[in-house]
Amino acid sequence: MSGGDGEVAFFDNVGLRYGTGKEILTDISFSLWPGSFYFLTGASGAGKTSLLKLLYLAQRPSRGIIRMFGSDVITMPRSRLPGFRRRLGVVFQDFRLVDHLSAFDNVALPLRIAGVDESELVQPVSDMLEWVGLAHRSEARPETLSGGEKQRVAIARAVIGRPDILLADEPTGNVDPDMALKLMRLFESLNRLGTTVIVATHDVHLLQNVRSSMIMRLDKGRLADPTGALRYPPRRAATEEAQR
Amino acid sequence: MSQPPLTDAARAGQSAFTGDKARALIPQARLAGPMPWVLAIMVALTVLAAGAGLSLGNLAGGARSELSGGATVQILDADPATRAQQAQAAQEALQSMDMVAQSRLVPQEELDALLEPWLGNAGDAETVPVPALIDVRLGGRATPEAIDRLRDRLADVAPDARIDAQSSWLQPVFSALRSLQYLALALVLLLAVTSAAAVFLAARSALGNNRETIAIVHLLGGTDGQIAQLFQRAVLFDSMLGGAVGLVLGLAAILGLGYQFAALDSGMIASAGLDWLDWILIALIPILGVVLAVATARFTVLAAVRKML
Repeated sequence: MSGGDGEVAFFDNVGLRYGTGKEILTDISFSLWPGSFYFLTGASGAGKTSLLKLLYLAQRPSRGIIRMFGSDVITMPRSRLPGFRRRLGVVFQDFRLVDHLSAFDNVALPLRIAGVDESELVQPVSDMLEWVGLAHRSEARPETLSGGEKQRVAIARAVIGRPDILLADEPTGNVDPDMALKLMRLFESLNRLGTTVIVATHDVHLLQNVRSSMIMRLDKGRLADPTGALRYPPRRAATEEAQR
Repeated sequence: MSQPPLTDAARAGQSAFTGDKARALIPQARLAGPMPWVLAIMVALTVLAAGAGLSLGNLAGGARSELSGGATVQILDADPATRAQQAQAAQEALQSMDMVAQSRLVPQEELDALLEPWLGNAGDAETVPVPALIDVRLGGRATPEAIDRLRDRLADVAPDARIDAQSSWLQPVFSALRSLQYLALALVLLLAVTSAAAVFLAARSALGNNRETIAIVHLLGGTDGQIAQLFQRAVLFDSMLGGAVGLVLGLAAILGLGYQFAALDSGMIASAGLDWLDWILIALIPILGVVLAVATARFTVLAAVRKML
């Protein structure tokens, strides 16, 4: 068994069931390496969102071992989990923006929660909104934004704190192909800066747009890993490939 | 596409999440909501109950200290001459005792005046034998032992004397006052529990209304303490406003009742006034109310968010 020596995430025989129902995820084992880019694919209902929930620490598994940044997050006290969540950026499928806050305040929220002083966050948030093309909409509330604009606000919020891992659940589901491509370029830029990116999608066209990405395919709650590369990745090769 | 403008500020952030931006995260009904007004009523009732309890305590305390050293000697002989002779002898004997601070033989005219409402002017010593009375003030408390010593001293000079400690007459009144004090204390506690329950329900309701926002803050790395603080601040404002309004209402009621009772011009009622320590205790009620409300909100929210991972 590995885990804890360089991987940003390590899953070993993880299973997840809700209540007494059947397992949604079964025997999930993989390692995620720093600076890598992963696509998580699979049909609707395959368990992509459930796996992401385990990764962004919104759900405890029913069994197995999960290590994040070298620490066992299953047995870890709750009080330590927020520190780990702050190292993650999450783009939710349904955006999960705070409806009564402006786009600016939604993007600034992770920084405020992390205790960044107001005087220090105005410029980064403004820059980020400009970068995602929403500088002119900074005071708009989510209800007045289009699906694509909400998506970009959600992405800006997820990446503003320079996360170690970015998890995106169907991030291109509400945008046109041009915007989808643009968002992929954004994720690639972030990845080049050292962030591990995991994008859950069932859009196979996206996979062709990011070179050097690895594919994690879920099928009925099981992770397809015929070569064992996800469970036992060629560490150096994977990292160097990603960095290249 | 250019490099994203990322910041490392989040990793070095040390400030608490406070101020207007934190307040904006949980929308507040403020004065439009029921919370400040419910707390105002609770605090007003608590102030009133506490004021009544303290006032009754002062009333009982004053009466008790006034009567604690008092005793009454009654000469019960039916013959006016014997009665007068025994009364005079008893008065002289009492005045010779060290334990007696003061004794006064109540004049017959004063006794007649006391009985006039019941007997009219017709009552005279021969047709209605009224006992002779001696009002005695002891240097110490009128304990059963002290009363026995008086009785022994008067046994020879006034064999028809009957001696009672004045406090024993009012014992049922003291018991009733004590019961009322306990009732006031129970009311204060009941109102405190009701206030806490109201805050608990309000906090639960606010949690339900803001469940999605809380989940987002939680997933973005917000701690349980940060989430609890968002609600604490709201409850702090509501309870401070409610406490201030409740204190004013309660004080107005106490002062109004005080003026009404003062108009009775009774010596016993006069001792029921509140002293400065009582007023400080009453002023502490809204402060304790605020502390109780904020603590209840904190524990309610913490208990709820701990159910999240």
